[in-house]
Amino acid sequence: MTSQTAPVEAQEHHDIRPIRKAAMWVFLGSEAMFFGSMIATFLLYRNNTADGPGSEIFDIPFTSASSFVLLMSSLTMVLAHNAFEKRDGRGTRIWLAATALLGITFLAGQIYEFTEFVDKGLTLSTSSFGSSFYMLTGFHGAHVAIGIVMLLAMFFLSLEGRLHEERGLNVELVGLYWHFVDIVWIVIFTVVYLLQA
Amino acid sequence: MVLDTNKDLAEPKGIWSWITTVDHKRIGLMYGVTALVAFFVAGLEALLIRLQLTTANGTVLSADAYNQLFTMHGLTMLLVVVMPVGAAFMNYFIPLHIGARDVAFPRANAFSYWLFLFSTIMLLSSFVLGGAPDGGWFGYAPLSTQLDEFVRMDYYAIGAQLLGIASIMASANFIATVFTMRAPGMTLMRVPVFTWMAVVVSFLLIFSLPIFGVGLFQMFFDRNFGTQFFGGGGDPLLWQHLFWLFGHPEVYVLILPAMGIVSEVFPTFSRKPLFGYPFVVFSGIAIGFMGFGVWAHHMYTAGLGPVAEAGFGIATMMIAVPTGVKIFNWIGTMWGGKVRFELPMMFAIGFVSLFVIGGLSGVLHSVVPSDYQQHDSYFVVAHFHYVLFGGGVFGYVAGAYYWYPKWTGRFLDEKLGRWHFWLMLLGFNLTFAPMHILGLNGMARRTYRYPEGLGWEFWNQVATVGSFLIGISFLFFAWNLIRSRKNGRVAGNDPWDGRTLEWSIPSPPPVHNFDEIPVVEHVDDFWHRKYATDEDGRAVRMPDVTGGTLAAETTTGDDGEANRGSPEDMHMPSPSYYPIVAAFGVMVTGYGLIYIPVGWVAAGVGLLITLWGFFGWSLEPVTRDAHHD
Repeated sequence: MTSQTAPVEAQEHHDIRPIRKAAMWVFLGSEAMFFGSMIATFLLYRNNTADGPGSEIFDIPFTSASSFVLLMSSLTMVLAHNAFEKRDGRGTRIWLAATALLGITFLAGQIYEFTEFVDKGLTLSTSSFGSSFYMLTGFHGAHVAIGIVMLLAMFFLSLEGRLHEERGLNVELVGLYWHFVDIVWIVIFTVVYLLQA
Repeated sequence: MVLDTNKDLAEPKGIWSWITTVDHKRIGLMYGVTALVAFFVAGLEALLIRLQLTTANGTVLSADAYNQLFTMHGLTMLLVVVMPVGAAFMNYFIPLHIGARDVAFPRANAFSYWLFLFSTIMLLSSFVLGGAPDGGWFGYAPLSTQLDEFVRMDYYAIGAQLLGIASIMASANFIATVFTMRAPGMTLMRVPVFTWMAVVVSFLLIFSLPIFGVGLFQMFFDRNFGTQFFGGGGDPLLWQHLFWLFGHPEVYVLILPAMGIVSEVFPTFSRKPLFGYPFVVFSGIAIGFMGFGVWAHHMYTAGLGPVAEAGFGIATMMIAVPTGVKIFNWIGTMWGGKVRFELPMMFAIGFVSLFVIGGLSGVLHSVVPSDYQQHDSYFVVAHFHYVLFGGGVFGYVAGAYYWYPKWTGRFLDEKLGRWHFWLMLLGFNLTFAPMHILGLNGMARRTYRYPEGLGWEFWNQVATVGSFLIGISFLFFAWNLIRSRKNGRVAGNDPWDGRTLEWSIPSPPPVHNFDEIPVVEHVDDFWHRKYATDEDGRAVRMPDVTGGTLAAETTTGDDGEANRGSPEDMHMPSPSYYPIVAAFGVMVTGYGLIYIPVGWVAAGVGLLITLWGFFGWSLEPVTRDAHHD
């Protein structure tokens, strides 16, 4: 399609998808540093409970269940992307909705968990432990919420037949974001909940 | 917003066209103008500081005003002047250097600019809305988390956060542009050094700003929600680590684009290729990597222990190596070349000379026991002004003289420029060289007055005289910039006998940059189109080539891809007002957060405006042509 002297990379110019994917990866690198800094802060303060509640108030079985829900949402996200690649609008919508619902379930679990902890006396200002715990898990929850907004937006766009590969919200990019948020949760779950010194 | 093709390619006019522009060249110019205005504000702050310190027991400013001024001087110069000036050059020249028609995401680019502008307005508005930040640009806790004043450091926490978001978006944009939109044949090792340095800077920002962002959130929460990150049971040292993990890469963010600029200027005015191009590129990358491993040299006196201090000291000494490599490469470029002392070259030579002085005093700081003596003294002030002003600002001014003909089609005035250079060089050294002596004599940074009899008056007076010379020199510069736009000597497309692709197109460049996307075969490709080499290795001008229409024949006959082909089948992105709407919403949210709890309403409204902007942006077609599907 192009002249012989033009190398392969030039042929991708008409296709904007790799450009957007590159930017998304770069953005996720930035996000990794963002969460890394908050995880480091938590590790610094995890024993700094000021005689208030510490990690003993975690309900591991409950959080394991909600973690499982979030991990399953990665599977449905892959299925949504797969359906989208096959131009299967109905399948795309089903799996997008499923992903969003699983995300909402996870968020509901987190809200329930937070109210439990507050009842047990752990608030944002109780101790450095509380501050760093709520900041880390709270920002993660905010990322899940933003992901849900994007999933639902894509769902409704798809209903109107306005979901495109090349502009606006894109199943693959949102998928990358969603998997990243999941992976971060695996780290948070391990470091915050499971590793109790 | 439907435009026909011809209109699309003509230069649009009027204020509205600037507000809705997505053209990387216009956005670059707006970055530059905004930063220049902010430079004069920051300069005024500096002159007030100098007036206060001219005599012992100075009475020009109150301690409170002094705190606000030195904080805002630092904050403005770093985040609102030097970084955006770098962004101005990057915006304008990355696409021209790699042979592209725009950056990867033109509207995100516009959003970055508007968010930068609004955050700048927000930061400066703090002077009249309850007081400017007064805890130093470094914002150390617990000074920054005390609540004796209502909002000052909230302006810092939110303002810097928004500037950071704007920078992260711009950086992701630049990285995607350079890695995916290069012209055919423009391999990575043929990319001009300035654009290479822009890539390194973008990565530094991508990885360092989020760390700062976390620190800023923690400061904001400590101030407003009673968290205990730096106070209470928390550790104020955490802020220092987070801050300098950003703050040290940040100084390379400030200097690397200037290094890139002089790496373009030296070859052009020496009529030689850059000496050791790959070494310059890779030492820039090495500086980027090592920049993340030296942050604690700002914290020696915090008591990190001998092992950590030795480690960071050695790393700091080692980072001087790639920097030294670059300096020798620049000297090697001039060596044996036909050096022309045009204005850009003079500023570039000023850059190297002053940067070496600042770099050497920097190596002194890496030695821990020596640093204990110099810490928080005027010696440090002298050091970083030699690096950032003597280095950075001289480099950027060199870039302005070098590329002004490309922006406007006219030269900056030679005579005014020489006044500017010599006054600036003299004023700069008068201001900052004495600070070495003052610092070694024990004068501490950030003290707003000093008693008589310490022997500091003389050098302080010299410094004040020097600072006003710098101020006057920049009046020459500003007048030159304004006057030459209409009255300067006409420059043509290739006024300096340039080497890189931007000189192959008209000045100022058309909206679409390149009529046909060039096919690149060499480093300094444009030079090789103009000159062949004879048996003795001398450059010989090829007779038949005139600058301007140099696209290779091989590009003809392709199938009209977005970034290639002839003007008839090229689609430039349409203008959009959504970026400014979204950025405005973010600013409203920011103001709301500063004034919580009352401000929650404004924060909510701002969030809605932002969402409207983003969704409108996401759903509108990129070009009018994208309707077809």
